[in-house]
Amino acid sequence: MADALLRVEGLTRYFDVSKPWLNRVIEREERQFLTAVADVSFEIRRGETFALVGESGSGKSTIAKMIVGLLKPSHGRILFDDQAMTGTDGAAMRALRRRFQMIFQDPFASLNPRWHVGDIIAEPMVTFGLARGAEARREVARLLEVVGLSGSDAAKFPHEFSGGQRQRIAIARALSSRPEFIVCDEPTSALDVSVQAQILNLMRDLQDEFGLTYLFISHDLSVVRHMANRIGVLYLGRLAELADGKGLFTNPRHPYSRMLLDAVPDLEMSGRRRKPVEGEIPNPIDPPPGCAFHPRCPYADDRCRREIPQPVRRDGGEVACFGVEEGRI
Amino acid sequence: MARTDHETAAASTPRPPGRLYRAWDSDLAHAFRTSPVALVAGIVAVVIILAAALAPWIAPHDPFDPGSLVLMDGFTPPMTENEFTGNFYLLGTDDQGRDVFSAILYGARLSLFVGFSAVLFAMVLGVTLGLIAGYRGGWVDSLLMRIADVQLTFPSILIALLIFGVARGFIPPGYREAMAIWVLIVAIGLSDWVQYARVVRGATMVEKSKEYVQAARVIGAHPAKILARHILPNVMGPVLVIGTIGLALAIIAEATLSFLGVGVPPTQPSLGTLIRIGQGFLFSGEWWILLFPALALLALALSVNLLGDWLRDALNPRLR
Repeated sequence: MADALLRVEGLTRYFDVSKPWLNRVIEREERQFLTAVADVSFEIRRGETFALVGESGSGKSTIAKMIVGLLKPSHGRILFDDQAMTGTDGAAMRALRRRFQMIFQDPFASLNPRWHVGDIIAEPMVTFGLARGAEARREVARLLEVVGLSGSDAAKFPHEFSGGQRQRIAIARALSSRPEFIVCDEPTSALDVSVQAQILNLMRDLQDEFGLTYLFISHDLSVVRHMANRIGVLYLGRLAELADGKGLFTNPRHPYSRMLLDAVPDLEMSGRRRKPVEGEIPNPIDPPPGCAFHPRCPYADDRCRREIPQPVRRDGGEVACFGVEEGRI
Repeated sequence: MARTDHETAAASTPRPPGRLYRAWDSDLAHAFRTSPVALVAGIVAVVIILAAALAPWIAPHDPFDPGSLVLMDGFTPPMTENEFTGNFYLLGTDDQGRDVFSAILYGARLSLFVGFSAVLFAMVLGVTLGLIAGYRGGWVDSLLMRIADVQLTFPSILIALLIFGVARGFIPPGYREAMAIWVLIVAIGLSDWVQYARVVRGATMVEKSKEYVQAARVIGAHPAKILARHILPNVMGPVLVIGTIGLALAIIAEATLSFLGVGVPPTQPSLGTLIRIGQGFLFSGEWWILLFPALALLALALSVNLLGDWLRDALNPRLR
């Protein structure tokens, strides 16, 4: 699609979790690999918020880290504005790096405790040579006000702020290189519920103001519902379903999406019967054969236990499920 | 660049109290003021360090100047006048008529210089290698840590002796006297870097997985810059503690080497050399030549060591 800002094609990442060489030789064990992300493809359109949801261990954060270059993909490609991010380095990569940023989960770990807030926010700006000296100072003060803090906070240290304020500082740092695309790795899961909404609203306002594109990673479906235009549901490193925000919540197709949505509490107290979430996510070192979800799936049949389902287009989204494909569900 | 960014911003708010006041008011300073051991050790250490640093102005005699020595003054007991010349010496004199008090001041100066330099050398080397090992991981880490493990299996004084011996083999005889101090510093430093490397490696591995380091990596900051500006300030706490205790150990190591006769040359006696010279006179009754340098070494090493112990406890939140 022409207006795709980020395209991910067949992204796969293994981790080597083998024991040390000597232990392997003595205990006669094979090398062991953990497949964190397997063959994931999606695209994020300019100006939208694309959410990745899934339980812990589903590979959400691994995808985020590969996109921002903290991890190298084992296979697959990441294209940012039609430029491949793997294999690019030097000046081209530097130019690309300026255009994306990341907001982290834990605002208590994401700010260097020994740095002044002003220096923290100025770092991307200075690294990319966008501003320095007095100009950078003015820009930092402006950014602090943009995220709802005061310009004089630049002289303070991170420990003088609360969790929500720290996340605002982290957002100001992310904005400092004037990026187009921000990867948000569970930006509110470490915050109080009352503060979560403020941060989410701030992020939405900033999106409108600066025309940002978000990749929003979360395990919290109510947060995702508030934020996302489109949603990808991950299960054990694979995309189970890809749908637009409304579609997933009104008409989930994949059995896993249905199970997740059944677990979301609602305020209406509709009294509808819920199916409790059963079982746990399997061990990714030794995933089940066939569809990774089949041990927990009420609709699983023999084919699900043998073959791995590929994503199939359905109503503008994609579903990787034989049951949906065959019309059983 | 951004180091001074906060100054304009701070102008609009009431100016925070000065650095000196904040240092005085900090938890650490308070812990220091309320700990009798730390206070006494601190005062003793400061007095010895000041006396050593100001030796040329305090010492009544210059023990390095053979021309000023009066052989007739030899073996004057402490606190008495010499029976021939009538000269008074606070701590007595040795066989050459050298004032023991002055020799201690100059000796402590040398011991402290060697100790500080060796610790600094070991610290720079150990911290650098520890940062690299912890940050890079993989085979670099394995290699450096195996070298460290091997070195740890030998007593550090033995390694210092080995390095000292090898270095003397390389240096031409004419330069040996002049180079002795520097060889000593390198030998003690090289035998002592392992502790810094291990502690810094561990702390670096913890810090590098924190998100602020990842944030710097996302913008493509150079690894050297990440290590120097992000990780180093966050791992320096334990390094300073080891450094303080290491200073006491380095002073003792220097004294040991000098006592064994492989340290500084006798023309520039350190505390260890003085003790070695003094022990020859112990059985002939001139006890002061040995006792006072030994007491000075004891006071110096003990006070620095106690300070280090106190600093370790004060900086450890779990023991507070």
